[in-house]
Amino acid sequence: MSVDRSHIAKNFIDVLPHSRALGMKLEVLEQGKAQIVMPYAEHLIGDPDTGVIHGGAISALMDTCAGAAVMSHPEAGAATATLDLRIDYMRSATPGEAIVAKAECYHVTRNVAFIRATAHDGREDVPVATATGAFTIEGKS
Amino acid sequence: MNGYVRRKTPEPVQVIKERRDEALKDLVARVPYIGYMGIDFDRRGDELTALLPYREDLIGNPMLPALHGGALSAFLEVTALITLSWSVFWPKLEDGDKINSSMPRLPRTIDFTVDFLRSGLPRDAYARAQVVRSGRRYASVSVSAWQDNHSRPIVQANGHFLMPAPSEAQ
Repeated sequence: MSVDRSHIAKNFIDVLPHSRALGMKLEVLEQGKAQIVMPYAEHLIGDPDTGVIHGGAISALMDTCAGAAVMSHPEAGAATATLDLRIDYMRSATPGEAIVAKAECYHVTRNVAFIRATAHDGREDVPVATATGAFTIEGKS
Repeated sequence: MNGYVRRKTPEPVQVIKERRDEALKDLVARVPYIGYMGIDFDRRGDELTALLPYREDLIGNPMLPALHGGALSAFLEVTALITLSWSVFWPKLEDGDKINSSMPRLPRTIDFTVDFLRSGLPRDAYARAQVVRSGRRYASVSVSAWQDNHSRPIVQANGHFLMPAPSEAQ
């Protein structure tokens, strides 16, 4: 059952047009945990003086990764939508480095899934950003 | 000795508008990500409205279809940052500062909290931000987006921003 669900979620990520446009690649997806990498690209630059990636692109990465974590959770449904997402920016991402996001769906109720996520640019001990959020549970059988 | 002070002739309205629009364009054009997302700004006086023209690659859920939550977050964050920067820049512009040589560095996002109220339809979205509090170091900005109906917002957010230090101004 959980294998089927992971398969659904994996295909789903591949067909998310915006995630695909940002070059995201799903690296891990299992039992409420997801890891997605987004390569550095010049068109994602938010600070022209330093070449640092825009927070908006990191938001999109965090949102996608958190949604994937929810869908891979054994107690969640096959679809989900973001209710809210809070992102804290710890430091600027290093220009030129890919961003790796890890999300964990740590609690699921009948209607809501709760997630936390972190993003780093190669050094896992010093995150670029962290996030917490709530997602809807849909299509639960 | 005349009994009145001689005032400067007011500038033609077209000259004022061009100067303001030029400054806004310069501010926005510096950020590659804004160009990539296709976000544009409409100005009336000092008030800005951001526009996110619909594009297929902004979709996050192809089944519904609905705009990607991340794309909407990004749209709101861009709107908040530019509106905040513009609000600091505006008085300098009106004072007749040399704008191109003193383009401010952009504020940095400390945190950003987004509430998703309705799914984004596959069409254009609009957003406006309100600078709730703007200090020397920190600012708090509220922003929301809507589509066809302004009274039915699709997404709203609040964020805190770190203002660039005066020495960072270029």
